Amino acid sequence: MAHIPDGVLSGPVLVAGGVLAAGGIALALRRLDEEEIPRTAILSAAFFAVSLFAVPVGPSSVHLLLGGLMGLILGSAIFPAIFVALLLQSVMFGFGGLTSLGVNTFNIALPGALVGMLLAPAIARASASRAAVLAGIGSALAVAGTGTLVAVSLALSSNDYAASAKVMIATYLPLMCIEGLVAGFCVSFVKKVKPELLAPVPAGA
Amino acid sequence: MSLAASGARIVAPFEALDARTRLVAALSLVLVTVSMRSLSGQVAALLLALVMLRLSGLSLAQTSRRLLHVEGFMIALLVLLPLTVPGPALLSFGPFSMSQPGVARAVSIILSVNAAVLSTLSLLHTLEPVRLGRALASLGLPSRLVHLMMFLVRYQSLLRDEATRLVEAMRARGFAGRLRMHTWRTYGNLVGMLLVRSVERAERVDEAMRCRGFSGRFPMRANRPLTRADWRFGCALAAVLAALVGLDRFS
Repeated sequence: MAHIPDGVLSGPVLVAGGVLAAGGIALALRRLDEEEIPRTAILSAAFFAVSLFAVPVGPSSVHLLLGGLMGLILGSAIFPAIFVALLLQSVMFGFGGLTSLGVNTFNIALPGALVGMLLAPAIARASASRAAVLAGIGSALAVAGTGTLVAVSLALSSNDYAASAKVMIATYLPLMCIEGLVAGFCVSFVKKVKPELLAPVPAGA
Repeated sequence: MSLAASGARIVAPFEALDARTRLVAALSLVLVTVSMRSLSGQVAALLLALVMLRLSGLSLAQTSRRLLHVEGFMIALLVLLPLTVPGPALLSFGPFSMSQPGVARAVSIILSVNAAVLSTLSLLHTLEPVRLGRALASLGLPSRLVHLMMFLVRYQSLLRDEATRLVEAMRARGFAGRLRMHTWRTYGNLVGMLLVRSVERAERVDEAMRCRGFSGRFPMRANRPLTRADWRFGCALAAVLAALVGLDRFS
């Protein structure tokens, strides 16, 4: 849903997206310890596996983006995690694009990273039910953020896209609700079973 | 690894090429494709992509499934463009009219999106993730990013199997996925369970790695030098791409 293929966006937008994503990845990698790589990678693999599943919604189905949840659990490492997953998807499945890799990474990772930065400390301290509500709202907002960024990337690319982009934002509404609910229940489960998963990543652990 | 080609492994001519050559070739092909401005340039790029597909040995049937996935995503944009871009109407029915520039825009997107996907698939689809990682490392991608990718490749199929087992267990207990709160709660628990299991797996992996004295570096086999075939393919592709750019600018 948020994967813009090659051949849609304009050159300046592709370059800007690439630069922004590279900046995010570089910052995150500097903060990521070698020893945290297995944890980050295996959790990313879990998110990747879940996002490939189609969640039934009445007669239709959606794929979860999980940006908010990833931001809460991975922190800034969401940038390299999303980049690597998108790279693999485009190379192996031809899904997404090579030139739009930077834009797509930025569009999904930035809202997630912001949600993680703002809400992770509060969620780590809160009770299970309060944490679930916070995570649900955060995840819905992360989807809205990604939808907005996708629309903005389209609108900045060409005036022709402006009207379509507005309509496309509306298609994110159902995903917002579902992702908010799933993320909320997920956090409430994790809070009861393994709360340390939601604690801020200890520096240099 | 199961991430690579889902069907039988194909012995393609591209298999003889170095992974670095294939990566650089795919990237330049896609870059040239998306830079096409004229209709003739875009058609030529699509034809070139079809030639690459032919050379890769992948069948159209294998790739059409992938293409459908991409088209499924773009349908919203393609339907909306003719209706929303202002311009002289080409066709009108009731309150809706399809404008000429809108249709032209949609056609040009269909051409270049497909050309780019076909080019990427034909050059990279059969590349094993391990070779891809090594090639990316030698092309200058930071080593931590490459490690992250190698781990992701290794564990994504494992965790996908784990997720499939959890979903099957849900179905065995009579889960139907109807439109109600119970469904979302179940999926939330599913995602949570998968995360808990994967972080516990990560702890075990981390301990095993420490046990063996992991020092932050993985031994990687050195790249073999580029062969004559790599240079020949690279030069031929560069000439074709230059011709394509020329055609696009002067048509």
